[in-house]
Amino acid sequence: MVRGRAFGERLGRLAFAGTVGLALTIILAPLVLVVWLSFFTNEILSLPPEGYSLRWYGALVGQRQFVSGFQLSAVVALAATAAGLLVTLPAAFALSRGDLPGREAILHGLMSPLVVPALVVGAGLYLALIEFEVDTGLPVTGTVFGFAAGHVLLTIPWSLRLLTANLAGVDPAIEDAALSLGATPVVTALKVTLPLIWPGVVAAALFSFVVSFGNIEVSLFLVQPGQTTLPIAILQYLEWKVDPTVAAVSALQIALVAAALLITDRFVSLAKAV
Amino acid sequence: MAALHLSNISKKFAEVLAVEDLSLEVADGEFVVLLGPSGCGKTTTLRMIAGFIESTAGTVRIGARDVTHDPPYRRNVGFVFQNYALFPHLTVAENVAFGLRRRRRPEREISEGVARALALVKLEGFEARMPRQLSGGQQQRVAIARALVIAPDVLLLDEPLSNLDAKLRRDVRSELRRLQQLSGITTVMVTHDQDEAMSIADRLVVMNHGRVQQIGVPQALYRHPANRFVAGFIGRGNFLAGTPGTDERSFVTRGGLAIVCARIDPGADTLLIRPENIAVCARQVAAVNCFAAVIEAAVFQGSAFDLDLRLSTGELLEAQVAAGPGAADWTVGQVVTAEIDPDAAVGIASTS
Repeated sequence: MVRGRAFGERLGRLAFAGTVGLALTIILAPLVLVVWLSFFTNEILSLPPEGYSLRWYGALVGQRQFVSGFQLSAVVALAATAAGLLVTLPAAFALSRGDLPGREAILHGLMSPLVVPALVVGAGLYLALIEFEVDTGLPVTGTVFGFAAGHVLLTIPWSLRLLTANLAGVDPAIEDAALSLGATPVVTALKVTLPLIWPGVVAAALFSFVVSFGNIEVSLFLVQPGQTTLPIAILQYLEWKVDPTVAAVSALQIALVAAALLITDRFVSLAKAV
Repeated sequence: MAALHLSNISKKFAEVLAVEDLSLEVADGEFVVLLGPSGCGKTTTLRMIAGFIESTAGTVRIGARDVTHDPPYRRNVGFVFQNYALFPHLTVAENVAFGLRRRRRPEREISEGVARALALVKLEGFEARMPRQLSGGQQQRVAIARALVIAPDVLLLDEPLSNLDAKLRRDVRSELRRLQQLSGITTVMVTHDQDEAMSIADRLVVMNHGRVQQIGVPQALYRHPANRFVAGFIGRGNFLAGTPGTDERSFVTRGGLAIVCARIDPGADTLLIRPENIAVCARQVAAVNCFAAVIEAAVFQGSAFDLDLRLSTGELLEAQVAAGPGAADWTVGQVVTAEIDPDAAVGIASTS
């Protein structure tokens, strides 16, 4: 009986470890493969590699479209992240603290960009921006502003979900305590609630940045001739050539995001927020 | 510090009346406890005093100020929460300093105030700790220090002891009473624990279904409860159904016993006798309020015996008799005489 149970438990643990291992492999295999490919010497991808070198990384510097694409993507992602937080932080407070009528409907409305295919969002945005330009005479398509405005739509659902979930985890009694001690609602939000949901804010910023940085569907509609974001540059390069250059670009992008995650995790525990 | 005046306050949540037409005067420096089962409206009342929720009718005054429509941050009340509600991201010292900082006191005054408040709750040397590094009792004391340091006009305590274990609860209870008397601060506490309420309060307010059942000093509520609910909520008791006798001095139970009692309320339909007011002797006695009975259960409690006595009318009385070394031991089945103290039996109405 006891042996039977011990055996069952061991089998269960083994099955659990196996499942986790399999899932991790499926998730990580493409990443590992891309990084591995980026060090191959041969131009035509084939296995086994002829040798290893850093030549593709060196070649990147000469590829203007990757450098400028990276710059534009980074600026747009930063702008979209900042703008997204400016919108979602107050929205999350209002949705989880105030007794707004129809708060569920508003929440679902703000989550809707997740449901609509990104290509449709991009096409719609393009038409809207053109109309805006025609009506106002202000150039917006192809500007960082136009990009950021489009990408904000993509960051809002992520940001809002993370922030409302974190706000729900804050004991209302703690905010009441601040109020009873003489803090106005604004001071309470800044001095008490915000520090408590800080990991969530950081996680929301990270998610927003990554979602915007990697986006291609919306960006495709917003670029002007001669302009490019990193994902678009990669796509265009792949149309003509399949060599490890793209793998090198991707490896750099993976390294960038991984570094951002690791550094952030040192300051705030992301596991708590997500 | 100031007196607190609640005049006819009510709170309606959607269609539910949580508190109905409650009036209460708390004198300057008085310790009043709101007591009642969960859902009786006691916490809602406390939160209306604090300003966390606004009353739907009536007025709340602190001293001469009408604060009925003031937000909590303008009421100058100290609030201590059941789960302490310390700021988890701030040190003990910063938790206590929070209210003083909001009042923009000079830095020196703040550090002095914090030191004095922490000394008051005997937590010197804990300034730099984070709340999670403290035990429940210590966290509660920080919460009390944080509420007291702002010199509030009224101190409000929401079940402050219910998350502590039994031993600690007694300590913190007497500590609370000591602090309250030391600071002389007007205090309102909410609890559902009648022992806690009786031991700490100057006056008790017993509530049920959003209404005040009775207000009074603990002794008055225990000895002369206004109704069956109050009698049952505060202490144990025997409740014998019946009607007042014709002589206005006795109460006739449904079983037909005429029991002489000290007081009969108008509309009385129940006779309350506390278990400790029933004397038991092994002899047969023929006197006023003496009735023959058979012991159905006898539980030795150390200092006392709890006895279940079956009367000849079939009615059951719970008695608590002293069990000193010289006292008799009681056995099930023994025939005894139960003597009810006429000064301690009261006829009450089951509703009022």
